[in-house]
Amino acid sequence: MDNTIIKLENIGMVYKTGDVYYEALKDINLDIPKGEFVSIMGASGSGKSTLMNILGCLDKPASGRYYLEGRDVSKLSMNELADIRNKTIGFVFQGFNLIQRLSVIENIELPLYYAGIGQEEAKQMAEEALELVDVTGKNSSFPNQISGGEQQRIAIARAIVNNASIIMADEPTGNLDSVRSHDIMNFLKKTNEERGVTIILVTHETDIASYSKRHITLKDGRIIKSDLEALTSQ
Amino acid sequence: MKFPFLLDLKSAFKTFTRNKIRSFLTTLGIIIGVASVIATISIGQGASAEIQNTINSMGSNMLVILPGTTALGGVRTGFGTVSTLTLNDAKAIRKDCPAVKASAANIRMGEQVIWRGNNWGTTVVGTGSEFTYIRKWPVAKGTFFDRQQVGSAANVAVIGQTAASELFGLINPVGHIILIKHIPFKVIGLLSRKGFNAFGQDEDDIVVIPVTTMMQKIAGITWVNTIFVSAVSSTDTTLAENQITALLRQRHRTQPHQPNDFYIRNLTEIAQTANTSSTTFTILLAAIAAVSLLVGGIGIMNIMLVSVTERTKEIGIRMAVGATKKDILKQFLIESAILSLFGGIIGIIAGAGISGLISTLTPLKTIVTVEPILISIIFSLCVGIFFGFYPAYKASQMNPVEALRYE
Repeated sequence: MDNTIIKLENIGMVYKTGDVYYEALKDINLDIPKGEFVSIMGASGSGKSTLMNILGCLDKPASGRYYLEGRDVSKLSMNELADIRNKTIGFVFQGFNLIQRLSVIENIELPLYYAGIGQEEAKQMAEEALELVDVTGKNSSFPNQISGGEQQRIAIARAIVNNASIIMADEPTGNLDSVRSHDIMNFLKKTNEERGVTIILVTHETDIASYSKRHITLKDGRIIKSDLEALTSQ
Repeated sequence: MKFPFLLDLKSAFKTFTRNKIRSFLTTLGIIIGVASVIATISIGQGASAEIQNTINSMGSNMLVILPGTTALGGVRTGFGTVSTLTLNDAKAIRKDCPAVKASAANIRMGEQVIWRGNNWGTTVVGTGSEFTYIRKWPVAKGTFFDRQQVGSAANVAVIGQTAASELFGLINPVGHIILIKHIPFKVIGLLSRKGFNAFGQDEDDIVVIPVTTMMQKIAGITWVNTIFVSAVSSTDTTLAENQITALLRQRHRTQPHQPNDFYIRNLTEIAQTANTSSTTFTILLAAIAAVSLLVGGIGIMNIMLVSVTERTKEIGIRMAVGATKKDILKQFLIESAILSLFGGIIGIIAGAGISGLISTLTPLKTIVTVEPILISIIFSLCVGIFFGFYPAYKASQMNPVEALRYE
């Protein structure tokens, strides 16, 4: 049990649109051990984004309990969740989500500043992270001056710069061509293997999901499949 | 709330330089508001200083007592045509009115003054030893005559700067003998320069002698033209006026139904009234200018709301990487405060410029002091924080999931 980094117990999520309640997640139970590379798959509307938001502490579940590194985070305030996102979780999004007004290095430094790390140290840590993702000579470029593949690498650098133990990758290759997609997936895999970072990947592409060791499939807000087998049969 | 303040500042500056025209138009309300506050206050202070100057040049807390007029058969004569004021009135005022600090009886005549080969037509004033105190007009050289010299009707004179230069040129007049109506007077002092009074008359064209000498040897009269009185303090001038009125009515045996046979001019009060009305006017103008600051603040609020909406995605990203509500609130508050402060500083520069222009183009000398500048800076900061609060609060309350989804 000590090895479990994420534990979900009977997680439910309800949205209200007008007078209609919509149950996005129903009774989700899930254990993810430390250092695992998990993919969450499912058609759109299956609830995978909602699950991702809860796992990433961006949103609070309507019911159930969420233990992150042994701590119940399902009832924490938004400010406490902000602190967890800052120190424990790194995000990689489909649309890269870099701040356009900030340079490459400033984007990577951002989580460090919110962690209260000084400017000198932050700069050094950001440069090290940038080295890990193999982007050089672009420190003071702006996101719109570099390619999509590079932008996603910058996003990965931002996700790992504060030594996060979990990376939430939400369709990280959705905006990239297949060559760059595999490039990014290899980076994520490398990060998982070399740094022991737990990676939770949301995707609807089987070949992208095949980088992970465990596949979880959602349908209509429920986990219908959770196995360690390869996806080639599907 | 750990995000470094300096980086928020840097980010704020970046935002403005990216949208120069928008930032300028947004702050225009603040610029106009602060500029008009600075300009109006500088005009008001300039006017105030001018009035204060006039008060000071008149004398210390001064009242002037003039003899009354007579109305004989419908013909009303002017001031000073009747001889109701005497030297003893002046003495009694000083002795019996507690609100009076000093008094001096005056007789004023135009006379020809002669020194050696030179002669000069000037105003000869007979007065008391407290003249220099009441008029705030010290001697530059030598001494003024004292109470004893007034008591003994000594033939001594103190000369004004203009009269001195006309008669003596560059020679020091102290110690020389001058002739007034062929009577020799020893010059014992030279008055300091007073300049022109409010009516453009040269105050320095004067020769001052003891009032007793004037009465007995020059004018040959037993009454005086005016009595100058100095009240104990500037707030006591009205009290002094009342005490003098009571005393003089008693001394002149004026019946209750009869009007006063003298007039009192409370110069301090007149000047203070002028000063107060100029202050009121300044406050009024500044208040109108402050309204434009308010409008400027609303402009800032408007643009900050637009800015927050435009940057929803950025707010979502910041929240995802660990920004708390307070971090976001602080970031946008700093932005609006800087925007407003920037407007304030430009407004101060513009206001000082307008004030300088008024100084050069009109006779009024405006005064720009530190206080309105400091107040403007603080006020514009407060406007920025006050009107920036709602947009910043709105930004801080965003849901990170929805903010990230915003395109």
